[in-house]
Amino acid sequence: MFTHKRPLYAAGLWLAVAVGSPAQSQDHYGFGTPIGQQDLVKFFAIPGDGTGLPAGSGTATAGAKLFADNCAACHGDKGQGDPAKGVGGDRLLGGRGTLASDTPMKTVESYWPYATTLFDYVKRAMPFNAPGSLSDNDVYSVVAYILSEAKIIKPTDTMNASTLPKVTMPNRDGFIPDSRPELELYH
Amino acid sequence: MAGKLASVIYDEKARRMAEEMVTAEAHHIAQRRPEECDCKDGMFPLLPASRRRFLFAAGSAAGFASSTAALAQKAPPGAVYYDAPADSTKELGRAVTAEGGYGSRSQFESEVRVRFPTPNEYTSWSFTPLDKMVGNLTASGLHFERHHGGTPTIDPANHFLYVHGMVDTAKKFSMADIKRFPAVTRKHFIECSGNGLTEWNKPTLKTVQGTHGLLSTSEWTGVQFATIAREVGLKEGSSWVLAEGADAAVMTRSIPMEKMLKDALVVYGQNGEGIRPEQGYPLRLLLPGYEGNTHIKWLRRLEVSDKPFMTREETSKYTDLLANGKARQFSMEMEAKSVITFPSGEMKLPGPGFYNISGLAWSGRGRIQSVDVSVDGGQTWAPAQFNVTPEPVCTVRFSYPWIWDGKPALLQSRCTDETGYIQPTRKQLIAIRGSHGPFGSIYHLNAIQTWAIDETGSVSNVHA
Repeated sequence: MFTHKRPLYAAGLWLAVAVGSPAQSQDHYGFGTPIGQQDLVKFFAIPGDGTGLPAGSGTATAGAKLFADNCAACHGDKGQGDPAKGVGGDRLLGGRGTLASDTPMKTVESYWPYATTLFDYVKRAMPFNAPGSLSDNDVYSVVAYILSEAKIIKPTDTMNASTLPKVTMPNRDGFIPDSRPELELYH
Repeated sequence: MAGKLASVIYDEKARRMAEEMVTAEAHHIAQRRPEECDCKDGMFPLLPASRRRFLFAAGSAAGFASSTAALAQKAPPGAVYYDAPADSTKELGRAVTAEGGYGSRSQFESEVRVRFPTPNEYTSWSFTPLDKMVGNLTASGLHFERHHGGTPTIDPANHFLYVHGMVDTAKKFSMADIKRFPAVTRKHFIECSGNGLTEWNKPTLKTVQGTHGLLSTSEWTGVQFATIAREVGLKEGSSWVLAEGADAAVMTRSIPMEKMLKDALVVYGQNGEGIRPEQGYPLRLLLPGYEGNTHIKWLRRLEVSDKPFMTREETSKYTDLLANGKARQFSMEMEAKSVITFPSGEMKLPGPGFYNISGLAWSGRGRIQSVDVSVDGGQTWAPAQFNVTPEPVCTVRFSYPWIWDGKPALLQSRCTDETGYIQPTRKQLIAIRGSHGPFGSIYHLNAIQTWAIDETGSVSNVHA
């Protein structure tokens, strides 16, 4: 499928082709090492449909203690955030119904469109000073706790690879594609 | 939109940060090394006399007995201190490669980046001192920074770029692999979408470093994504690519495949050498014209998909909340913008006479086509000169020769890019996007900047 569409400028390559070596076109260099699933196990990125969510599960009950131990120092014991110097943890809860007001408040509860994003980000980069240190069960539990405190799920709900993508966030439909360039600027 | 102009609402966090930035900037201005000539470099006169020569006051007696640490204290960051002889023609200078084979800037050049006082210094940003920049490129050590989990230290021997997902052959590439591919070298600016976020409501920061310093331009060298894409083979239906960094934030953004195949680069070179650690060493994504946070630094992974991943950065953070409560998502392009860097805030013109007004213009959608300058607050405009040949998605240094008559003046620049887009006013943008805040539509401020010059020659940031 790879064709010699371009001239071969490099004399070395030209020589290689001329003496009948295996085809080595300029479209395909053969660099890099093929990898399989085993090489990718440490990576993840969880889209809205939950593809790639790991095994495991968690509940708000377990999450409450994990939150107190790992999250509250920066995000406050009630998820209210902490803007103090050296901390700067975002507010996580509250703010529903404020987005179109004069004092909008963007939190996980009021603004984040996907629960899967919360899982992805906590697993990816939290706690801030020890990123990636929580187990998958712990992450499910912390996520369950935040969603439960936000009254998005019930305190008894279990979060796992099957239930988390089905959680409907309050601001799920709050986003529109970029509408720039703004037509008003062409009046 | 008729009627009164609503002001942008900042939440408490944003307001506190802006206030602290005012304090930090004032501190930085007070730290500037005084210069005494009446030339362009002498136009930062608003300094307390007691600070004069603070860097060098104890220098002359130190001689060769000083410890390295003491010498380091006397030189600005990035410089080495040496005694300046009374007559440099009467003694030998330093030996060739005396500095070990890698040079440093002059000890008399002291400009530095200034950090925005976010509460946490590991997720924060710093500003390029545009007011002191000459030419069109940014010195690598002065390129603005934005990190979400600090600057990692990465040994390139242990760094790989994994490319997988909807591809025929998933592969990992070592740095050596990547450098074997044919390379391209292109000059592009990078601008943070938060550049100017303090300036929506009222003139807040005093210098152009504060108002526009999240903009830098470099010559970048690396491999086109298209080259790597052919190497792994893109599957039918692939339309997005997740880029992931190897920092503590494991920063991720989803990028449209159309953009990746148009002009995305995977770069390892900046201004002729390896990219700086703060800029993503050993490898970063370069997306010409896209908002800065998408140019994933410390790039370790590209996952090809048929949908965006809805990462934290592209849902909760870098989205633009509008007045109706809806938020623009994937607002990637940095629109046409310009600013006068000389004269600019906190400078003082020594008196009436000739001044070479100078500034930068740039657009994420292509080349800058023209720049106009006004000295009367936008009532009349005249074309500026280009000091460099415009290149796609690159800053253009412009200038405008001007004779100041000593009367108050309002300096503005306004650019047009090759699409015909004209840089708007702040009032136009607020009328469209509404006044809604906290870190909502305070991104993407590309409005015309005004500097006021009063009868004494003092230059200040104003809204006109």
